[in-house]
Amino acid sequence: MLALLVVLAAAVTWLATGANRGWTKTSVPVKTLDTVTGIEGITYQNKFLPGVDFLGAALGGAALLAGASFFFRKPKTKQQPTKQPIITI
Amino acid sequence: MKLTHIIPLVALATAVHAAPQAFDFKDPKGVNNAVFKLDAPLESINGSASGISGTVSFDPENPAATTGKIIVASESLTVPNPMQKEHLHSVNWLDVAKYPEITFETKSLAQVKTDGNVTTAEATGTFTLHGVAKEITVPIKLTFLADKLSARVPNLKGDLLVIRANFVINREDFNIQKGQNEDKVSPTIDLSLSIAGASVK
Repeated sequence: MLALLVVLAAAVTWLATGANRGWTKTSVPVKTLDTVTGIEGITYQNKFLPGVDFLGAALGGAALLAGASFFFRKPKTKQQPTKQPIITI
Repeated sequence: MKLTHIIPLVALATAVHAAPQAFDFKDPKGVNNAVFKLDAPLESINGSASGISGTVSFDPENPAATTGKIIVASESLTVPNPMQKEHLHSVNWLDVAKYPEITFETKSLAQVKTDGNVTTAEATGTFTLHGVAKEITVPIKLTFLADKLSARVPNLKGDLLVIRANFVINREDFNIQKGQNEDKVSPTIDLSLSIAGASVK
């Protein structure tokens, strides 16, 4: 269940930030035009942009969680066999 | 005044006017940049460098005599992915600690064509990257903006010189991961330079 939540959260984050199909970025270039020279200056703005490696890491993490869940399962309580009424004639 | 006296004066005035000007490319506005691009399977690696300095001697009357040296601080090279940036700066790639500068020093200009304030030419010079110096020829475009410095930097009078250049280098020529990782990163690097220098009067 937790693994599924991790995958869903990662997918929603990835989609909400523009579904970047490249690598994860922590900054994005912003271009500004210098009107006198006509040069486009580039500055970087801090912004987290998850990429396919982010999705891959989330899937890997979810797979680990799912795998680990098999080792930490609660033992099932044994069911008491129902006693059949003894019918005596 | 006799004509014999006027001629030397006119010649002197012309010589003063035609003297080459020194343009400083340390940009106080931080607009100057060098953009680089390497193709890679998932997406191309695009980055830029802002630490640009250097001096160019340019004569508006004789653009063919242009000489100069442009320096890019290796440390200022950046890409949006922090891991890629770390790799780029590391000893395996640019080794910015050991080779702090990338430079291009012009030796000569050929095929110089001037139209108004714009000059295009083929600049031959020494390009130094990763400690390896190699002579290359790159197409350049020079735009001379007379008396435009004050429009960019108030309280300063002077001229501006804009240099633009787009060219391709092979990273193997500069011993950068020679013969390695060609399936991951293209052996060629696209470079684009857009810089403006100022000559204060």
